[in-house]
Amino acid sequence: MTSAVELDHVTVRFGAFTAVQDATLSIEAGEFFSFLGPSGCGKTTLLRTISGFIEPSEGQVRIGGTDMRGLGPNRRPTALIFQNLALFPMMSVAENIAYGLRVRGVSRSARREVAERLLDLIALPGHADKRVDELSGGQKQRVAIARALAVEPKVLLLDEPLSALDLKLRQHMRNELRAIQRRVGITFIYITHDQGEALAMSDRIAVMNRGVIEQVADGRTLYEAPRTAFVASFVGENNAFVGTVAEADRDRALVTTAAGPLSGRNLRNLMRTSEAVLFVRPEAVVLGEGPLTGRATEVAYEGILTHATFELDGGGRMTATIPRGAPVPKPGAAVRLGYDPADALVLPREGFAHA
Amino acid sequence: MHSSVGHWLILALPVAVVLFYAAMALLDRRRAPGARPVSFVQRNGIAVSTYLVVAVGVWTVLLIVLPQLYMIDLSFRPRLPPTQMGGPNDVYTLENYRFFLYGSTRSTAAWNTIHLKAFALTILASVAITFLNLLLCYPIAFYMAKAASTTRMRLLMLMLIAPYWVNEILRAFAIRVLLASSGVVNQALMGLGLVSEPVDFLGLDLGLYAGLSYAYLLMMVFPLYNAIESLDRNQIEAARDLGGPWWHIHLFVVVPHAKPGIASGCTLVFMLTAGALAAPQILGGPRTLWFTPIVYDRFYQAFNWPQGAAYAFLLLVACIVFVLATMRVCRLSLGEITR
Ligand SMILES: Nc1ncnc2c1ncn2[C@@H]1O[C@H](COP(=O)(O)OP(=O)(O)OP(=O)(O)O)[C@@H](O)[C@H]1O
Ligand SMILES: [Mg+2]
Repeated sequence: MTSAVELDHVTVRFGAFTAVQDATLSIEAGEFFSFLGPSGCGKTTLLRTISGFIEPSEGQVRIGGTDMRGLGPNRRPTALIFQNLALFPMMSVAENIAYGLRVRGVSRSARREVAERLLDLIALPGHADKRVDELSGGQKQRVAIARALAVEPKVLLLDEPLSALDLKLRQHMRNELRAIQRRVGITFIYITHDQGEALAMSDRIAVMNRGVIEQVADGRTLYEAPRTAFVASFVGENNAFVGTVAEADRDRALVTTAAGPLSGRNLRNLMRTSEAVLFVRPEAVVLGEGPLTGRATEVAYEGILTHATFELDGGGRMTATIPRGAPVPKPGAAVRLGYDPADALVLPREGFAHA
Repeated sequence: MHSSVGHWLILALPVAVVLFYAAMALLDRRRAPGARPVSFVQRNGIAVSTYLVVAVGVWTVLLIVLPQLYMIDLSFRPRLPPTQMGGPNDVYTLENYRFFLYGSTRSTAAWNTIHLKAFALTILASVAITFLNLLLCYPIAFYMAKAASTTRMRLLMLMLIAPYWVNEILRAFAIRVLLASSGVVNQALMGLGLVSEPVDFLGLDLGLYAGLSYAYLLMMVFPLYNAIESLDRNQIEAARDLGGPWWHIHLFVVVPHAKPGIASGCTLVFMLTAGALAAPQILGGPRTLWFTPIVYDRFYQAFNWPQGAAYAFLLLVACIVFVLATMRVCRLSLGEITR
């Protein structure tokens, strides 16, 4: 596998503020790669660095093995799809799609041909001569993709392109995007703060927090074996118990928390007395037995699952998802709660915001 | 006493308007919030609606339409002593327009070359000056709207506006002083050894054109700035990302977006330049005749108001026709200009 995009210790600063810190990763050709992180964590900044609108303060961006330093966005083999699409309203759909070709001096008839072919690809045949503002949100979305694909980039960069769409359309466009990516076979770098989107579409995901890439892995690994407390709490729902490691060996760690001593897998090899957070997924919580006691405060029936929230006796709260058919606690009732320690994770507390 | 009525009026009117606003605000506060109003009157309240209708009505009818109609009417009448006005000799005639074409109210033997030439020159030079203004102002407006930081933008804006605190006549004289035979520019040129004799900038009409170009610069900058400002920066970046060179982006992304601003700036500058009086009078060379001083002379030198009216009306019509034609060519509607 060849690398399409490599970030080599990339740091981006705006004055004294560091927006991206020491990002190093390698994205493979043909990969659907996502950056996932909360608002303001530096995703757009990183994407603009790859596309050439921002020069890194330190480090190197390589595309197809070539150092991109000093090359402007118009000279990089990337195409960026903006958060707000930025279609040209005074041009027709076909003119929008063919803009990049017009700049390159391609003849009118050849441009038209490419536009028609791309309109077929994005499943909008016959829309060539429409005005942009006559299109629906999802259609605009697809035209923006076609416009970017027209210049045959090696890498397509997408900055939260679905955030403006409603839920239904968003889910439809996820599949659509993935399908388009398979058809054209180029590298997609996708930015989102929506973990569902990232997990559903991506081959691999980089989770970012405050300018730092915390973990790069496929969705399953991020969910099942997060490396940091931030990833554990950001990807999927999680119950967190902050405390100090009391006992530790290679597999297990026992953490002293406000709710009592709890044990879980010690993937990061934490030592005794280190600050730690123990995570238990709601679906791993077992009702009726275990070391914890609490009172159900909210029970929400959601069809296939029931969501229950408990106020724990030692302080703090815990949520559990109860599969259909299993007994559901009554609100206010005292319950024993537990989990299989093999389903719990003990991670360093570092970078974990809410206690 | 009689002469000071105007002064009192100009001082009292703003006060009256302020009081009127205050009264309406009070009235508004008393009224209970009811169902959603619908019509113009309901939406704005009787007081505001009346004010808007009356104010706009008075403004357009009294100050714009009526005097213009009177002037047009006058332009079709012969020049008569006051005693004969409204008498049997006060009939409609084309003699004022005939004079413009032939230099005589009766004979059509020779063309009135002086006036016709001045008329053509005024229109052509105004077009050229408008175009020059556009070329000069576009980069400034673009820089202010898209490239400059807020502080730098404010500074630039101030630097553009401040010279216009100086009145028009003084500005024109300043340019005259600058470009005179013994002026700064000539002295600098001679000092540098670039020319051996002073250049007659004023005689060559360079002074006139410089003064006219400068006079209405702001009228171009602001509409352009507004139009470019409203362009989404991402569109420029998208074009750049797709490989567009800068000139292509300006030509095919920024300019089409800014077209209404360009049109309104050009219209303003063209109209004002064609109708300028101070700059041509002060900066015009001895042989150049701008059309507005000729109109002025019809009124005050020749004391021929009907003829002056005819000349002024001709200039107005020519300008309007020209502007409408240009807009037609650029596929712009009048509504878009005022956006
Ligand atoms: N040009 C700039 N000058 C100064 N600071 C900037 C600039 N651009 C971004 N920042 C800062 O860098 C940080 C990261 O911004 P960025 O736009 O990359 O966030 P993001 O992850 O894309 O967020 P969102 O999901 O809200 O789009 C923010 O704190 C922002 O204030
Ligand atoms: Mg962003």
